[in-house]
Amino acid sequence: MKLLVCISKTPDTTSKIAFTEGNTKFDENGVQWIINPYDEWYALVRAIEIKEQDPAATIHLVTVGEADAEPIIRKALALGGDEAIRINMQSNDSFVVASQIAAIAKEGAYDLILTGKETIDYNSACIGSMLSGLLDLPFVSLANHMVLNGNTASVKREIEGGEETCELTLPAIVSCQKGMAEQRIPNMRGIMAARTKPLKVVEPIAVQATTSIKTYDLPPAKSGVKLVASDNVDELVRLLKEEAKAF
Amino acid sequence: MVLIYIDQAEQQIKKSSLEAISYGAALAKQLGVSAEGILLGTVTDDLAGLGKYGLQKLHQVSDANLNHFDAKLFTQVLTEAAKAANASVLVFAHNLNGKAIAPAVAVKLNAGIVTGANSLPDTSNGFTVTKTVFSGKAFAQINIDTPVKVISINQNCFGVHMQEGTCALEALSMAIPAASIKVTATHKVDGEVPLTEANIVVSGGRGLKGPENWGIIEDLAKVLGAATACSRPVSDSDWRPHHEHVGQTGVQVAPNLYIAVGISGAIQHLAGVNRSKTIVVINKDPEAPFFKAADYGIVGDAFEVVPALTAAIQKSKA
Repeated sequence: MKLLVCISKTPDTTSKIAFTEGNTKFDENGVQWIINPYDEWYALVRAIEIKEQDPAATIHLVTVGEADAEPIIRKALALGGDEAIRINMQSNDSFVVASQIAAIAKEGAYDLILTGKETIDYNSACIGSMLSGLLDLPFVSLANHMVLNGNTASVKREIEGGEETCELTLPAIVSCQKGMAEQRIPNMRGIMAARTKPLKVVEPIAVQATTSIKTYDLPPAKSGVKLVASDNVDELVRLLKEEAKAF
Repeated sequence: MVLIYIDQAEQQIKKSSLEAISYGAALAKQLGVSAEGILLGTVTDDLAGLGKYGLQKLHQVSDANLNHFDAKLFTQVLTEAAKAANASVLVFAHNLNGKAIAPAVAVKLNAGIVTGANSLPDTSNGFTVTKTVFSGKAFAQINIDTPVKVISINQNCFGVHMQEGTCALEALSMAIPAASIKVTATHKVDGEVPLTEANIVVSGGRGLKGPENWGIIEDLAKVLGAATACSRPVSDSDWRPHHEHVGQTGVQVAPNLYIAVGISGAIQHLAGVNRSKTIVVINKDPEAPFFKAADYGIVGDAFEVVPALTAAIQKSKA
């Protein structure tokens, strides 16, 4: 069983978001970088659990990023990946990123490719779906449970108001969300081992971007909360009906 | 031509698709082209009636094998349909299924895509789409630089708009490729409003002290026809099921009205709800950070305020 886990570097969830260069560039000043939580807590940890049940399994990690992505990929290795591939480029275009990963995936002949459901910076939820288009593989998105049995997988995915279980034959791509696994913290042994695990740096393939970021904006500040006395809920109902037209 | 993907489940068109039609129709008008839809599978809804959301023509591949969602299969069929119809822009709802297939279809069509758009694109000079980024903490204006374009729109950001009109129906016949997955079980929570489709969400936090106290949340949700949700500590403590967890790492919602009871408003929770049109916060702590993100607030004891609010809404609806 060969697993490929896609890892993205994102700002910590508590980061203050600001922009520079005339609002065209994300201000990285003082930003603490983390592994995208969906990639780490759900995709990577589920892969590690699979390997714990099947020691013959191998886990490769892939990230598209420049040298500053190495601390987070080392952390992912400390959690339990076997080796990592860093594609040496930075891009905000999902198609460019997915194309780089697809090139690695084709070469590695993986049985299962796992992604987080989306990244917490661009929230595009594109990579898993694009990989399925680029590689012509079955894709289950927003999965919260997965059991492997030989070359088949039984996966639960979220649907409106519930969930459905589906079965598919590997190779396949699954995007992971809450429920898939539980967050882990790397232990000292893992951190030491990660230092010597292979981290291969490859140069990107040539791909034309399909989108470009024109500008960023911060949302307008809320005009301020209107407080209603706790013994006057009728006033709140009136405001919600007449002013906010909320129901 | 703008081609709108119409998503269905259990042979019924989803509300988020009616919004996608309204959006696609407005975009088609802006571009001076026709608004057409593509529906896979068989549904029981009145299809000609989709004209009242602005749809001019509906292409339907009515094959019952397409009644179960299958990302790879749907990508193949939609790609064929979009090519046959010579679509210049494809519109999806940024719902569960839209997220699964819109990017794959974009790849197949060599089209650039923006997912989670908030408003109609600016087409005065190029094609620029605004979307939320950094989990709602900012917006990005993104140019799509390819001839064919794909947009998926955030739910509840455009609204469903009605007009006069009927929609022409056209059967689209094509060879359907083999399914790539087999759906073996479907589990739906009965009588519950799906969180991501809900107009109103009532959410509870640690301030409610325990799962046994959720009755007041459920009663309020019931009079409003709302979905129930919770904060992360609540689902982590197993007071409520995980699928109710709203926040940056749980479900992101964008209802017309979000009522937060006993939730302090950590930045990660706000990231899951800040696209709500109106936010009401009920908390006994006047310093709770959530009040800064709220439109209306009551500082008070949830166990007194919430039942009183439920009664007041009931009275106002009588």
